[in-house]
Amino acid sequence: MAERRDGAGPWAGVATARLGGLVRWDVVVALLLAAVLVYGFAGVDNFGATINLSFLIGNTMAVALVALPMTMLVVAGEVDLSVGSMAGLSSALMGALWNANWPIEYIIPFCILVGAAGGLLNGLLVTRLGLPSLAVTIGTLAAYRGLAQIILGANAVTDFPQNYLNLGAGRIGTTPIPYTFVLYAVLLLAAAVTLHATPIGRSLFAIGANREAAYFAGIRVKRLKLVMFVLTGTVAGLAGVVWTLHYASARYDNATGLELSVIAAVLLGGIDFDGGKGTIGGAVAGVFLLGTLQNLMSLADVSAQSQIVVTGILLVISVLGPRVARQIRDAVRRRRSAAPAPGAATAPDIPGT
Amino acid sequence: MTFRLTAPGRRFAVAAAGAAILAIALSGCGGTTKSSTTNSSGGPAAGASANPNGQLKSGLKIAFLPKAVNNPYFTTSDTGGKKAVDAVGGVYKEVGTSSATDTAGQVSYVNTLVQQGQNAIVVSAQDPGAMCTGLKQAMAAKIAVVTYDSDTNPDCRQVFVNQASAEAIGRSEVQLLAKELNYTGDIAILSAAQTATNQNTWIGFMQDELKDPKYANMKLVKTAYGNDDAQKSFQETQGLLQADPNLKGIIAPTTVGIKAAAQYLSGSQYKGKVQLVGLGTPNDMRQYVKDGTVQAFELWDPGKLGELAGYAAANLASGIITGAKGETFTAGDLGKFTIGDKGEVLLGDPTVFNAGNIDQFNF
Amino acid sequence: MTAVARRAPATEIGVPGSKRLVDRVLRIRELALLVILAVLVAGTEVGNHRFLSGQGVKDLLLNAAILVIVAAGQASVVITRNVDLSVGSTLGICAFAGGDYLRGGGSPLVGILIAVSLGAGLGVVNGSLVSFGRVPSLVVTLGTLYIIRGLDSIWVGSREIVAHDLPAGFVTLGHGGPFFLPYLAIIGLAVLIALAFYLRSYRGGREFYAIGSNTEAARLAGLPIRKRITAAYVLCGALAGLGGALYLARFGNVDSGTGSGYELTVVSAVVVGGVAFTGGSGSVYGAALGALLLTTINSVLPSLGVSSSWEGAIDGFLLLAAIAVDRLVALRVANVLRRRNVRHG
Repeated sequence: MAERRDGAGPWAGVATARLGGLVRWDVVVALLLAAVLVYGFAGVDNFGATINLSFLIGNTMAVALVALPMTMLVVAGEVDLSVGSMAGLSSALMGALWNANWPIEYIIPFCILVGAAGGLLNGLLVTRLGLPSLAVTIGTLAAYRGLAQIILGANAVTDFPQNYLNLGAGRIGTTPIPYTFVLYAVLLLAAAVTLHATPIGRSLFAIGANREAAYFAGIRVKRLKLVMFVLTGTVAGLAGVVWTLHYASARYDNATGLELSVIAAVLLGGIDFDGGKGTIGGAVAGVFLLGTLQNLMSLADVSAQSQIVVTGILLVISVLGPRVARQIRDAVRRRRSAAPAPGAATAPDIPGT
Repeated sequence: MTFRLTAPGRRFAVAAAGAAILAIALSGCGGTTKSSTTNSSGGPAAGASANPNGQLKSGLKIAFLPKAVNNPYFTTSDTGGKKAVDAVGGVYKEVGTSSATDTAGQVSYVNTLVQQGQNAIVVSAQDPGAMCTGLKQAMAAKIAVVTYDSDTNPDCRQVFVNQASAEAIGRSEVQLLAKELNYTGDIAILSAAQTATNQNTWIGFMQDELKDPKYANMKLVKTAYGNDDAQKSFQETQGLLQADPNLKGIIAPTTVGIKAAAQYLSGSQYKGKVQLVGLGTPNDMRQYVKDGTVQAFELWDPGKLGELAGYAAANLASGIITGAKGETFTAGDLGKFTIGDKGEVLLGDPTVFNAGNIDQFNF
Repeated sequence: MTAVARRAPATEIGVPGSKRLVDRVLRIRELALLVILAVLVAGTEVGNHRFLSGQGVKDLLLNAAILVIVAAGQASVVITRNVDLSVGSTLGICAFAGGDYLRGGGSPLVGILIAVSLGAGLGVVNGSLVSFGRVPSLVVTLGTLYIIRGLDSIWVGSREIVAHDLPAGFVTLGHGGPFFLPYLAIIGLAVLIALAFYLRSYRGGREFYAIGSNTEAARLAGLPIRKRITAAYVLCGALAGLGGALYLARFGNVDSGTGSGYELTVVSAVVVGGVAFTGGSGSVYGAALGALLLTTINSVLPSLGVSSSWEGAIDGFLLLAAIAVDRLVALRVANVLRRRNVRHG
């Protein structure tokens, strides 16, 4: 069992990284999503209506977008809790600059760049100063949100140009596909290819599984992590722009709590929080499972409070499930073969023996 | 060794791509700025004309969407709404988010209600603009849209049922406090969130009222924001009192802020020395009126507000009114109401609660 | 060298000198916090003489008391290298439970006990999930945050407890006290001292540190890890429950939204107070000082007339500074220890 020294949880070493085990949970979530969709189309009125589907997809876009780089970040063993505040900062900037009479064509790229800068700050604090990403991003969560409040203050800016608002909220023709989905599809493809089919993606898995081994294998750990943080910040800034145009409102408190939704979706999708395991497919399934469930529950008049309980239970099951399953399997295997207990078999060598 | 795009190379590629996109964007059209766009602010479809002699349809599905559910104020108002909906033989429903700052959640509820084929939506908007796309789609689907308590942009709804005119609320608060202070002393305002539309409108009128010469000896020194959070409201109140030793009065036009300020004052050395007025519910404030911390405060009857909104929605959905100025409708035993500017309907004047009448109310 | 793993107490770092060094460093960290606090308060007093008036001091202590108690509980959990994100929801539901009982007429003491017991019960759930399920505590307590919040909303509905419902003695608890020392601060101090004593001088408490600094070693040394971690969560939950009861006394108003978002404040206080997420370091006194610092800043700004929009940003940067300082100090200490170990073989 590899000893984890990179600040991961106490039982990180217990969970041996086997792709086989992970894929099974991915498949479970995807099957769950399929089952929920079938139930929705067959059993719940109005679920299948084109407009409803477009709402479902459109409202999930912000979470879905940020879940892509977040998956890669978590696979590499880090986390970024400041994405919601970054999106809020991006949104507040949009409003403030629009009021300052900047052209919208400049505002949007600028806000995305500011997101990248925020991600850069996170990344530098984590890689150069060696600070734990959880604590750092809790700090930047407060700091960026505070900045957003200073920038936009009491205002809610709603008078963006109509053609951009249509891009943010409209659909392609009569299909249920919102325009923003096209953007998402492009990023999804890029993320899937990067994580699963390039050496960069393999490096991320390696870093997450065992940072020191990856370092000694020649992977530029710090550089890669920095890039991941910058990417996460950039996409969070983009998500802020999308949010603002979709809801036609720039406020400093937009996207509050986005980070929790993203993390919940990513965890639901089977991405291991200790790093080294996960698939983009799982993250996508997790995001849309949560979104679909919320949509279905609302249509079925399930109260907001009950929806929160369901989300929480799903989250707990999504982590307990694989672990409990593995423990059962291990216990069964141990009983079947009369092999010595795993603890003795892998006890670390005592130096000097 | 497979070729690997090293991290610096990758970063360069990303930066180059970003610069390219920026260049393309800049080389494009001169730029759409706020001053160059004219957003069409057309009102709701003025096609249908009102039928003042029409009948209320029965079986109307009317849904209430407050700022937040599980909020006692909104529970009272929506119970009043239910009363109205039952009276017209309709089907009542209440949905909403748990948090009053979840605009995305409230918007998705609008979408859901449209999907469920409601006949009317009665909403207290968390944000004036975020709901617009959804509400416009609702109106396009022939759903009647009524706002109450907190309005959206006027072109996103047909009727706004206002508890009392914003002007009456703002000015009467100042008048109430001034009388308690004998028209002398510094005052401050403890508001809710900085972005709260209704509070900001009322504060605007308060500031305007203070320009009147009879308030020459009173000065508004600060507006603090408690964000409708108890601890924050406490600390903001403490700050107000410490920053200005001459502070004699506080106006808290938010039900959460006023009970926090009252709770703090009643346990501090300032009890009775600093006067507090604002908007509060009788149940919340009963303790502080009885123990002398607060002399008087205002509110309206949220139940009546909800009831009026329910009747307005029913009339709108039945085609009896369209939200144009001058139209009238009957709201059960509340009486007859006339629609004013921009589709606004006023419930009446705010009610002043004090030790003399507070026990008559239970909300 | 024998193959028998000597059952060394896991808290000993090896050489007595280095243990004293770590202790000294920790004390310096807390001292630094105390100094910052003193400078902040003194500076504000200069800017506004009413800041340290009798009422002012009482207010400062009252504002911090609840956060100090909940942060102390959270510190116990963080020391074991875990986290409990459900404290906000726990505080809310326990506050309502206590208030509901008191509304029916009852003794304040029983009301407080109800709140504490409910909190402890929820702590047992968290602790079991984390220790027996062997799952990352961040995820599990995120899940229980949602579950408890949802159940609280369903149970409470749109009801609320108002000041009028509470017995007068209980309300006085919330703001009264001898001279400038409010009852809440006295309770907070008592809890703090008791908890610090447990962590410092009882084996169970010291084992928290062991588990947090090196879980593998702790397990091999035979420490009852599951029991200890569950105990830490029970402590955290119970103190969150106590915080709920005191919240009820102080603010006199509880509804289904009470405590929402509080977990972030608590975690910030703990981190600023020097209790790092890597576990095994820090003390509850540090967490208490962190709590005091954070609430004081939020009082200082309005007192100086600074717009409240700056608070969020200032809190965030303060948090980042605390984390950076802690890291640099930890690196220094590790360097010194490594050099000493090399010297002593």
